[in-house]
Amino acid sequence: MKVSTMAEMMAAGTKPEVLFWVGCAGSFDQRAQKITKAFATILDKAGVVYAILGKEEACTGDPARRAGNEFIFQMMAYQNIQVMNAYEIKKIVTTCPHCFNTLKNEYPALGGNYDVIHHTQFLQELIEHGKIKISDSNEWKGKTITYHDSCYLGRANDIYEAPRKVLESLDVELKEMRRCKSKGLCCGAGGAQMFKEEEKGTSRVNMERADEAIETKADFVASACPFCNTMMTDGIKNRDEEVKTEVLDIAEIIAKAIQ
Amino acid sequence: MEFISGIVFSILSVIAFYIFAKKLLTIKRNIHLGRPIELNDQPIARWKNVFLLALGQKKMFRNIPVALLHLILYVGFIIINTELLEIIIDGIFGTHRFFKPFLGSLYPILINSFEVLALLVFVACLLFLSRRNITRVKRLISNDLTGWPKTDANLILAIEIVLMGLFLLMNAADPTANFIISSWIKPSLSTLDAHQLHTIEQTAWWMHILGIYAFMNYLPYSKHLHIVLAFPNAYYASLEPKGKMHNMVAVQNEVLYAMQPELAPTNAAPPEKFGAKDVMDLSWKNLMDAYSCTECGRCSAACPANSTGKLLSPRKIMMDTRDRLEIVGKNIDANGQFVDDGKSLLNDHITIEELRACTTCNACVEECPVSISPMDIIIELRRSLIMEDSNAPSEWNGMFSNIENNFAPWKFAPDDRDAWTKQS
Repeated sequence: MKVSTMAEMMAAGTKPEVLFWVGCAGSFDQRAQKITKAFATILDKAGVVYAILGKEEACTGDPARRAGNEFIFQMMAYQNIQVMNAYEIKKIVTTCPHCFNTLKNEYPALGGNYDVIHHTQFLQELIEHGKIKISDSNEWKGKTITYHDSCYLGRANDIYEAPRKVLESLDVELKEMRRCKSKGLCCGAGGAQMFKEEEKGTSRVNMERADEAIETKADFVASACPFCNTMMTDGIKNRDEEVKTEVLDIAEIIAKAIQ
Repeated sequence: MEFISGIVFSILSVIAFYIFAKKLLTIKRNIHLGRPIELNDQPIARWKNVFLLALGQKKMFRNIPVALLHLILYVGFIIINTELLEIIIDGIFGTHRFFKPFLGSLYPILINSFEVLALLVFVACLLFLSRRNITRVKRLISNDLTGWPKTDANLILAIEIVLMGLFLLMNAADPTANFIISSWIKPSLSTLDAHQLHTIEQTAWWMHILGIYAFMNYLPYSKHLHIVLAFPNAYYASLEPKGKMHNMVAVQNEVLYAMQPELAPTNAAPPEKFGAKDVMDLSWKNLMDAYSCTECGRCSAACPANSTGKLLSPRKIMMDTRDRLEIVGKNIDANGQFVDDGKSLLNDHITIEELRACTTCNACVEECPVSISPMDIIIELRRSLIMEDSNAPSEWNGMFSNIENNFAPWKFAPDDRDAWTKQS
């Protein structure tokens, strides 16, 4: 697909409405790349003029900072802010709640001030403003979906409604897990856990959460974070060999439902 | 006789309040051993938190039945203690029910409502005791509480039961009084003569007030101190989004000066210590958190690491911080200033394995009814581990070097970052 970079836009003398911050998972992880492409497809269909940083994008530094390595975090933040300020970036949308949290809450203190929104909020806006139309005969209609709250959207930033509103627009039945919203159980990936083996315990966090998702007997699990997606997919695979409940990002679900 | 007892009572009161105030000042000093941080902005939002979280107990109502039982204790404590004013005045001046003539018909209404509350408190404490010892609610029997903390919790409930009992017995033994609950006890005292009744009333009165003074002085050594500190702790609670981590300006500047050496001051001070190894490296708010913790364990019950059997327990993080701070405080009391004892919060109290298991999900922070952030302490200790001790699991070291060299936590070529645009 044709996706412009900021460098190309600059060379052509144009500016995007919004920068799509893809994030490392969205850029490199094979599963997350599908989420990235689904969201880019939606942006195209909605006629949004957007750009990516492409090769100029770098890790926000979130996992390093949460592991305790402030030096690496500050180095990445410095580099990213230099790049974005040079392009005079005003608005950013991202499909990763960890990038979202860092860009929105932690870059301002370092000189990076942007209007940052998460893709579920962006999707909600697109639907509310009629920029994208959900098909009446969309393939999710009548299905039951359970939404897994990402900690970095939910508790970290109090975003509980946007993802649910987007899903509700599909005419599906939303079934909440035992622990949801501010009580939602983590998938186990945050705080740089994604990048190391779990400590010794009686169970794994993602399996505990997978059990709660399976309990709802929903047809699909909706996620809004590439890391949650990986953890939930692995957890369900380990717990539920028969049913194979699929874990899909809200962007993927919407991409398949619009006219 | 009444004159002497008034003097004895006054002296005891002064001693009780003096010891209490002195201990509170020691705790204040201990809290201020922490790093300075400014938490005085947005006073309106802060007062709102005091009203909603501390006075209104908003977080408690995430579990309504327990919240209601707790509310009884809380309202009972505040309202019954207004009666304390009369008890103290009677004690000093040898009067009997000092407010009665002033309040007229309002007086029995007030005392009756105190008695109803006292009975409710009595029952609520019994139910809380049974939750800890008979039905054994999981978070209340965890290993965190083995030993003194478990005794502390049971002791508080037992003391409250005894105090309420004494209050009711005192009214029951008063022949001039006839109140709603204590009148139930009156029949069992009917065989006693006036002198015996007077002795019982006086004894109950003395034990009640001395019990309250003893309980007050027990607070600073107990988890029950939350009844005082919940209020300032709510006022100073973070107003930032929970996902935002505290910025390390020293490191920010190090990186800035490395990238733009022309900005570096010539007389730059040596960098501060990175992260926290001991309680003095934490902020004073972290330390106030530790003294505010009432060890209810809602944090650990919600913690994904704890509920999957990992060593990490956010409640234990807070208890360890308070224990270590008490040791440091006693060290200062004994030596005039802190003399290195070769120990620290990190390693001697909180182990690396506990710290590593945190997913930074903020569930502990969300659950805490008294605005504590165990996660903040975990992160400061992690910073010390990584930046002072270079102590990281090998996978994390790999992740760090990938970010540094390939700008992503995995080992992919940075040039492939936009490769997804070329896939079908």
